[in-house]
This record gives sequence, C-alpha cells and structure tokens, in this order.
Amino acid sequence: MNFPDPTETFRQEARELLDELERCLLDLEKNPLNDDLINEAFRALHTIKGSGAMFGFSEVANFVHEFETAFDRVRKGKTAATPELIALALDAKDHIESLIATPEDPVPGGSAIVDALRALTEGAVQAPAASGEKAPAVEQADDIVAPAGGQGAGKRWRVKFYLPQDCFFRGTNPLLLLEEIAEIGACTITALTDRVPSISDIDPESTYLGWQVDIEGDDPTQELKDVFLFLSDGLDLKVEPILAEAGLANDIADNPAQTSGEVKTPATDVPEEAQAIAPEAASVRAAPAPRAPQEAQAAQPQKGKVAQPVAQGGMSMRVAAERLDELMDCVGELVIAQARLSQIAADSTDINLKTISEELERLSSGLRDTTMGIRMVPIGTIFSRFRRLVHDLSRELGKEIEFVTGGEETELDKTVIERLADPLVHLIRNSIDHGLESAGARIAAGKSAKGRVRLEAVYAGAEVAISVSDDGAGLNAERIRAKAEEAGLLAPEAKIAEHDLYQMIFAPGFSTAKEVTALSGRGVGMDVVKRTIDGLRGSIEMTSVPGRGTTATLRLPLTLAIIDGMLVRVGNGRYSIPLAAVEECVEMPTDPDSQSRGRSFLDIRGELVPYIKLREMFNTPGEPDPHQKVVIVSCGDSRVGLVVDQIIGNSQTVIKQLSKLHSGLKAFSGATILGDGSVALILDTVNLVGLGQAYEEQHHRDDKWRAA
Amino acid sequence: MSELPGGPMTALVLRLQDEIFAIEAGQVREILEVINVTDVPNAPAFVRGLINVRGRVVPLADLRVVFRMDQPEPDVNTRIVVIEIELEGDPAIVAILADEVHGVTDIDTATITAAPRVGTQWRAEFVRGIGKLDGKFLIVPDLGRIFEIQGRGSVSPAEERAA
Repeated sequence: MNFPDPTETFRQEARELLDELERCLLDLEKNPLNDDLINEAFRALHTIKGSGAMFGFSEVANFVHEFETAFDRVRKGKTAATPELIALALDAKDHIESLIATPEDPVPGGSAIVDALRALTEGAVQAPAASGEKAPAVEQADDIVAPAGGQGAGKRWRVKFYLPQDCFFRGTNPLLLLEEIAEIGACTITALTDRVPSISDIDPESTYLGWQVDIEGDDPTQELKDVFLFLSDGLDLKVEPILAEAGLANDIADNPAQTSGEVKTPATDVPEEAQAIAPEAASVRAAPAPRAPQEAQAAQPQKGKVAQPVAQGGMSMRVAAERLDELMDCVGELVIAQARLSQIAADSTDINLKTISEELERLSSGLRDTTMGIRMVPIGTIFSRFRRLVHDLSRELGKEIEFVTGGEETELDKTVIERLADPLVHLIRNSIDHGLESAGARIAAGKSAKGRVRLEAVYAGAEVAISVSDDGAGLNAERIRAKAEEAGLLAPEAKIAEHDLYQMIFAPGFSTAKEVTALSGRGVGMDVVKRTIDGLRGSIEMTSVPGRGTTATLRLPLTLAIIDGMLVRVGNGRYSIPLAAVEECVEMPTDPDSQSRGRSFLDIRGELVPYIKLREMFNTPGEPDPHQKVVIVSCGDSRVGLVVDQIIGNSQTVIKQLSKLHSGLKAFSGATILGDGSVALILDTVNLVGLGQAYEEQHHRDDKWRAA
Repeated sequence: MSELPGGPMTALVLRLQDEIFAIEAGQVREILEVINVTDVPNAPAFVRGLINVRGRVVPLADLRVVFRMDQPEPDVNTRIVVIEIELEGDPAIVAILADEVHGVTDIDTATITAAPRVGTQWRAEFVRGIGKLDGKFLIVPDLGRIFEIQGRGSVSPAEERAA
C-alpha cells in the first residue's frame, strides 16, 4: 500500500551518483590522466541521464546530456582535465543537484555552464545544436587508425585486435568484448593464433590470441571505441574497410532486419564460436584454453559493471530514525534481560535452561550487532563533501591547500554524523581562512607554500575523536585575550591557563579575525560548533603551537552504543572497560624493586607503559588482592595500564549516560547494568590514557631534572 | 528560594535521622526497598551511589550529607524515594535515601514558615520552609536548589589531585 515514491528513489540514487561524480572530479584534479576516474565520472553521468529521463526529469536529462557530451571529449583524450574544466564540471554537478531538487522550477544558469564547458572542451570547434547529437565531425581524429576509404555507407570492415597480455588480471573477458562487437553489426569472427608463442614460453595466465572480426555496416570505429573503453592501454586494434565486397555489404545494410539470419555468426552464436576457437587453440598450442569454459559461464551477467550502481541505489532503504531508536532501546533491554537469564542459567543445573540461555545469548548479540550496524555509518561519507569545500576555498582564497583525511572507516551513529557536518565545515573554514597563512607568509616562515589541513577520526575507547588540524600560524593567544577582555569575558589582568583561553573562542560573538571575509570572521560559527557538540554530549578542545598550527579535537561518545566490555573488579566495585580499547592483560609484577622506586611504569616487551592503580585512584578501602592484574588500554598511540584486583570476563555493555550530577567525573564515561541487576561504571579510557601520559611527562621532567 | 503554592500541599513525609521532611508528592515516582547501590569513586558524598531503577541508571543522593547528619548503614526501615526534578533545566530522575518513609499527608501551607536564619545547623537556602505536623517540626527541603548547588561541584578534590 505504501509504495515508495519512485522519484524519491531517483533523487536518492542521483545524490549518491553525484557524490561519486564529485569524488571522481576531485580525484581527477590531482590525477588528470587517470582513465579509470574519467570513465567512472562518465558512467555516473550516464546513469543520471538515463534514470533522469526515465523518471521524467527531462531538464536534468537534457543538461546532463550536454555535460556528458562535453565530458566525452575528456574521455576520448581530446581535452585535458584542467583545473578550470574540473571547476566548471563541479559547477555543473551543483546545477544538476539543484535541477533534481526543484525540477518544476529550473534554476537558470545551466546554459551558461554548458556553453563554458563547450568552449573549454572544444575550443574553436562549432558546438552541436542543443538537441545534443554527439559531435561526429570532431571525433574522427584519434589513435584508432581511420579507414582509408573515408566515408562510405554499407561496407564491410575488417577489425583485427590483440588484447593486452595481462588483460585477464584486469578482469577483461574477451567473450564479452566479442559479444559487444557482434552487436554492432552482423559479423564473422576468426581467432588469430599467430602471436601464440611456443609452448615453453607460454604463461598460462596471459592472453596471446587475437581476433579478426569482419563487420558489415557503417564505419564501426566509434562503436569499437566504446567496446574497448576500458582497454585503451596496450590494445592493438586495426580497422580496415574490405573494399572488394562493398556491393554485397550495401545490400545487407539496406535490410538490416535480414542480416542476422543470413550472416553466419550473429550475436547469439558468439560464445559457442569462441569456445570452439579456444579448444582449437588448445589442441595446437595449449594456450588459454582452460579459461574458456569459465568465461562462457561468466558471459551470462554481461554489462554487470554498468548495471551495478543502479542496483546498489535500489537496495538502500529509508527508515525513520525514531523507529531505529525504538529498536535500539528494545535491543538494549533485551541484552540486559539476557544477561540476567545467563546468570540464572549459570547457577542452575538444568541443562535445557543452559542450552536456551546460550542460544539466546548468541542471538541477542547478533541482533545487537545488526541493529547497531544499521545505524552506523562510516564517517568517510561526510569527509568527501569537505574535499569539495577545501577545493572551493582554495580557489577562492588563492591558497594552495593539501587536504588529508584519515580514519574514514571510523563508524558513528548516522544522526551524529549528520549533525557533525556543520561544525566540521566551520572548523575547516576557520583552519583555512584564519589558520593557514598566505603562500608568501608561509615561505617567509620557512614552511612549504602549500598549506596542509588534516581531518582525522579515530576510535578512542568508547568515544570517537575527530580532529581538524592545520599547519598554519596557530592561535594568537594575545589577540584572543585582548578580544576576550573587550567582550567582557575575561577580567583584565586575570590569570588564565592557555588551554582555557583557547576555549574562549567558543564564546558567542567571539572572533579575532582582523578583517571580516565572506567565509568566516563574523563571530558566528565557533559558538554554534560548541553548542552542536555539546548537544551530542561531546566535547571540543583547541590546542595550538604558535607558528606550527592549530588542532581542534572533537570527542564524541558512541551514543547508543552497546559495546563489548571487559568486566573487572577493584575492591568491591565492578567496572567495565570498553573491549575495543583493551590491548592486553598482564600480571602485575610483584618484584619489590620496581614498586619501591616509586615509578609507575611497567616494562611491556621493552616499552615503558605508565600504569594507574585504580585502587589508589578510587580510594578503595581494604587490602588489595595478592595478585594484581594490569589491563593495558590504548588510545591512539598512547597506552596506559590499569591495575585491578580481578578480571571477571567479557560482557555486553549497554551504555547508560551518567546524570549531570556525575558528568564531571573524568574517570567514567557512563554506566551499565549487569546481569544481576546492579550498576557498573564504565571506565573512560581516553581520559585514563591522558592521565597516564601526564605521568609519563612528569617522569620525563623528573629525569631531566635529575640529569641537570 | 522558591515560593510555596497556596492551599494544602500533598506531601510525602519521611524521616532523616531525627528530623521529619516533607517532599511534594507530585514529584515522587516510586518508593523502593534498599537495593544494591554502586559506589561512584571520587563522586561528592552527596551523590556517592548509583542504582538501577527499572533498567535506568539513577544517581542516589543522600540528603543527610547536605543537612550534616550522621549516615548510619541502611536498616529495615530504610527506603529509596525516586523523584523527578530539574537538573540545569532538563528533567531528570534521581533517588534520595530516607531512613524511614511515614506516608502521604496533606499539609496546610499556611502553617509553613520560612526557616529561621539562626539556630539551625544547615544552610538556610536548602530549606523552603518549616511546618508542623503532630506537634513535630516538619522540614520542607528545596530539592531543586540542593541538587543545583551540590551537583555543581561534582568533581571531588581527590580526582582533581589524581589528574
């Protein structure tokens, strides 16, 4: 009853394709000669055009067609993918986006883009009319040998080609190529074995066969180019007219309907034909024969490559976020109930109960993972849109910028990711506009002219840390201070730690930019960033080294996380450590020497790892267990050992946020409910690691002090 | 100090050590027997514990800390009163420990007077007023204020030191 709106499906699919197009274009800018990228972009365009026309988005289809026509010249290598062309193509992409968003109210400016594209790609050549036939006149000159006989209708053509020897490794299937050629017109295919070497020289995974195809019809050069689209490197292709049989060919061309019957090898016969050739070759020279049967099978899903993006678009499904929330709540309760059942089953002697409990445990953890998986999206999905932002800003401000991303695979809840986009845009803009100096200033400071902005996401225990860093001038503490005093945020002469001073830039209405640019500097932004991150129960921190750059780090909890935790005991208290952060568990050395020196370091395979005695930190009463254990947790590159009394085991941990009354406790990131119904706190590994690092720094300082 | 509404106030009457307290009944969600309390290391003494209330992790507050009373171990009469309050503008569920819960009574707000500034061992701002019930003094605590002020300094000196 509730059929999805097909146009909505198209929109969604088109958005995905446009994203892909944008990614290709941006990659292409760096690597303008990459044929794969060009082809990928072309495919995306082509699919948008096709489905656009199908769903009645005629404006879109027309425009994309023009775009495609222009871009076709890039694909054919007639025009280089210059930065100007890429910029224009990106504009065109935006235009398509707006056309899709409001088809009934076409945005003006499309024709200007098309004209500019044409001017760029075709130079002086007269552009074809808006009806959009591919410009045939221009497309003749290229690497394929043009027929000597020039234009003549209804001829026979002899096509000889040898595939690159390594074509199997690129997934090329000669049978599919032959089938595609056969679609051009009626043809006769003969295998050429003249290049097959003697048996001792044969590499069974290489291709030595060539094919000679006699095609009837018009000059097939153009069609052949499409067939061999993905094989332009190392392809040996020759097209010659067969003049002697011109008369016969004419007749056939006039009656295309009859041709398939009369001609010896119409399209459908090709696999058999090819198979027939292969064993023949095998019996003579034993070359690629073993592959032939497989290829014949593989021939079934032909054109798979082109059809795939469409299929993927159709497989995604839109579900209201609150339904997922409900599902997640239920799963959370289920996991807790299951933990209770497990506990009862463990104490019971009823074998049936144990079996059911184990099965339920398996099912519920599967359900948990799936449910979480539904909501989790790799953060890379929004990273790509920042590449565009950086690209545009770079052009606008005339700053050369290298944009580096890392940790794209880090997954976060979809709603979190969506809400993160705006704050990250602000931060990246700030980095580029305020952070990075002009090329001249950079060179004067002894840095490379090209600025660098880095966007990175890492799992940090039960949190994800996302950092935006630049190698610019760094925050100007004095100016922030002056501004803060001016805005009345800070009393003059008041002492404030640098770190706290940097936090001031998140105050509403705060901006240190000397001049307001179109991009940033109006004082809105950073407070919005702060508010959004607060709303996601995250935190934001600025660090800066004058002359070296600024880093903004967002830390976000994996909100609806049910995580795998390691349950440990400290005194009478049980605590859960996110298993993702746990590296290993070792026994605490009882060696009195290492304890007495007052050094809180463990020697883990030659590396010093600071450790924290949780008993001391938590002021746990009573005597410690005789054999203390150390759980080594990591965050990024740093590690810290947590000394506990006992390691109880793994447990599924449904994270419950702590109330505001406890949110100031840095050692805990949340709480969870155990199988027996009691509450256990979840250790905040990121903060604990930070604490360990502080120890380490202290240690280094002490060493220096001792050395001095 | 928030004003008390006029007319009778339906209140839950409970005992903390030797004093009788009245909490607006509308705020009370449920009353539980003493259950497993998880200690939160380094948390302020006022909210040192966490409990599981129907799958929800709820902080357990001890008003006896605020009113500087002795804090003996729970006995058979000890109850946990789960209430709804506002924390920094957001609704929240917290639990408070009571040495004994007497019941629900209507109290005439006219009998409630402002707490005397002197003569009490606790901060006057935590008390909305003092009434009388069966010849005994009845303290109406200002829970909003208590949680606001006590909850603010949720990082104890111990952890600060550790950090």
